[in-house]
Amino acid sequence: MRAPSSDLPLVLDNVSLQAGATTILDRLNLTITPGAPTLIVGPNGSGKTTLLRLCMGLAAPSAGRVSWGGRVDSKPVRRAILFQRPVMLRRTAAANVAYALAQAGTPRRERAARVAVLLERVGLFDLAQRPARKLSGGEQQRLALARALARDPQILLLDEPTASLDPAATRGVEEIVLMAAQSGIKIVMASHDLGQVRRLAGEVIFMVRGALCERAPAAGFLDHPTTQEAAAFLRGDLVI
Amino acid sequence: MTDQLSAWQLILSGDAALFAIVWLSLAVSLSAVVLAALAGMPLGALLALTRFPGRSVLVVLLNALMGLPPVVVGLAVYLLLSRSGPLGGLGILFTPTAMVIAQTILIVPIIAALTRQTIEDLWAEYRDELTAMDVGPAGRMMTLLWDARFSLLTALLAGFGRAAAEVGAVMIVGGNIDGFTRTMTTAVALETSKGNLPLAMGLGLVLVAIVLAINAAAWGSRVWSERQAG
Amino acid sequence: MAFRSSSLALAVLFGAIVNFAPAGAEDRSIVVASTTSTQDSGLFGYLLPIFKAKTGIEVKVIAQGTGQALDTARRGDADVVFVHAKSQEEKFLAEGFGVKRFDVMYNDFVLIGPKSDPAGVKGKDIETALKTIQAKAAPFVSRGDRSGTHSAELALWKQAGIDISASKGPWYREIGQGMGAALNTAGAMNGYVLSDRGTWISFKNRGDLDIVVEGDKRLFNQYGVMLVNPEKYPSVKKELGQSFVDWLISAEGQAVIAGYKIDGQQLFFPDAEKKGS
Repeated sequence: MRAPSSDLPLVLDNVSLQAGATTILDRLNLTITPGAPTLIVGPNGSGKTTLLRLCMGLAAPSAGRVSWGGRVDSKPVRRAILFQRPVMLRRTAAANVAYALAQAGTPRRERAARVAVLLERVGLFDLAQRPARKLSGGEQQRLALARALARDPQILLLDEPTASLDPAATRGVEEIVLMAAQSGIKIVMASHDLGQVRRLAGEVIFMVRGALCERAPAAGFLDHPTTQEAAAFLRGDLVI
Repeated sequence: MTDQLSAWQLILSGDAALFAIVWLSLAVSLSAVVLAALAGMPLGALLALTRFPGRSVLVVLLNALMGLPPVVVGLAVYLLLSRSGPLGGLGILFTPTAMVIAQTILIVPIIAALTRQTIEDLWAEYRDELTAMDVGPAGRMMTLLWDARFSLLTALLAGFGRAAAEVGAVMIVGGNIDGFTRTMTTAVALETSKGNLPLAMGLGLVLVAIVLAINAAAWGSRVWSERQAG
Repeated sequence: MAFRSSSLALAVLFGAIVNFAPAGAEDRSIVVASTTSTQDSGLFGYLLPIFKAKTGIEVKVIAQGTGQALDTARRGDADVVFVHAKSQEEKFLAEGFGVKRFDVMYNDFVLIGPKSDPAGVKGKDIETALKTIQAKAAPFVSRGDRSGTHSAELALWKQAGIDISASKGPWYREIGQGMGAALNTAGAMNGYVLSDRGTWISFKNRGDLDIVVEGDKRLFNQYGVMLVNPEKYPSVKKELGQSFVDWLISAEGQAVIAGYKIDGQQLFFPDAEKKGS
């Protein structure tokens, strides 16, 4: 049994990240609490990916502090992340999910059943024995979701998961994300697609040049942005 | 020409002495590959995944040791196993066991160095996912080694090729004893020194054909495996 | 599933490796350090099965040059030495590495050269032939490997009054290899080479080579056998080794040696006296 601990609230306290001379994140202050999905938008290079990696614990800040449920330096027990291009282990789809379950500490005798449940949830039950590397892009992303959900996360981070997918595959992924949100998982997702923001978001975080520019409920942000940059971005201008 | 044909005739007629030589060559080299893999793969994976002072020196050294001259390894092992040497009490000089030991030493660097490169490349790809799944150090090594298995098979074949082809080490530590430690390569060397060049060439071609067959089998098994697991 | 079949393969291979584990004390075998020319003549292939059938002892022959064979015994890695360079053997004995030396058999050396005989030495005695070869700087191949044949060659140069280390030029090619290789090299460069008759008779790659000098008493090649001294190396298989020595010099062993023929020609002439030195 895992120790009852929480990765929420996720707090970034005056966080900066430098890579050499470049500032990627600039004095970010952010708190993520349970609730509706938070979508992160912004031009390329605004730091969305780096922010997500920091939230996951894959990167460490150069200054400031990241804490999960009050703990600093915590192992990623109740959180999971999805990348734009997931890495499939060289084995079947079912084995990939079983692997994630094993890493998350699921006892061996429960694994088979959990694998079936998770594959069903992401619509891959019939492809269980297919080699994961032979799945289509959309199927692979759904498998990555199954792996992430295997960890029973409180918070699910996603970095532009549908950027390379066609609309049908995108819809498949979005449905699963919404289901996860409805079951109480906090979604934090970077997106390039304003339509997706409209479909999924509870609130929006808008980033420019490594700083948090605007944060507002979805409808408010999309229809009545308060900052100039946000307005320019929504218009389709290049925000430099 | 007739002597060259005679080598093939011997194979086809099932000549016992020739089969014993072929069997010994394969048994010695394959055993060496298995042992070298057990030692070299974890070593290579460890080098790929850890960082410590002096690591780059070790990597360069390992790469350089891929070119260890077989005859030097043979000599070193001979001096170790000789009755007047430190391990003489084991009494294993001039036996197939000594040949396996010498060949294992010879090919561990090859397998370790190639494993290191393969795992290092794969780790760059898998790093985020495995860290995100909170996989521990031992788990990383096992997962990467298993996922890299097709590339690692090539490393094993490289090691096997080196072992099956060498003559210096097995000649010195085995003694090329008729019916006991004579392998295909030492048999070729012997027939050449006796002046039986066509027979030597025939034997050599038989060896090449066998190594080719093994590589073909490995390729086939890889194709089959990939179909199962991608 | 693939994992399980790999484990099975591993288990099979380990089984094979275990088969290689050195045999226990019941193992009736000895290691004999001998020379490549004796091996190449085919004598062992003929002699050893007969010995094994009689005694059940497996004889493992390590064939090297005489110098190397004696060194192998000096390191304790052989039970018996069977070589053909009396001066080197006597030195070995004097150093305490051998128990007793017995004459076993002799064969002879022959001078081999191109049929065209560019140096014009055919039919001469060996001393004159060597002097002529050196004077005309005709290509000559030397074993150069401290073998019995090499020792004999050096002794012959000395007897001919030639200091070969001083007067050797590019015509004198030391190859550091066995008799077959030396014959191959001589054939390839149309040169002369000293060979034992046994290797020459069974040598198949003759090309243009033939015997140019033979029968000279100075070309006599004596073989000796010694048990390696168990006081130096307790691991020496004393009883089994002594059985081999005893059999070689026994009437039966000597008859077998005389019985070995290639193309109807006897190669080795038994001459054991049994008293040894």
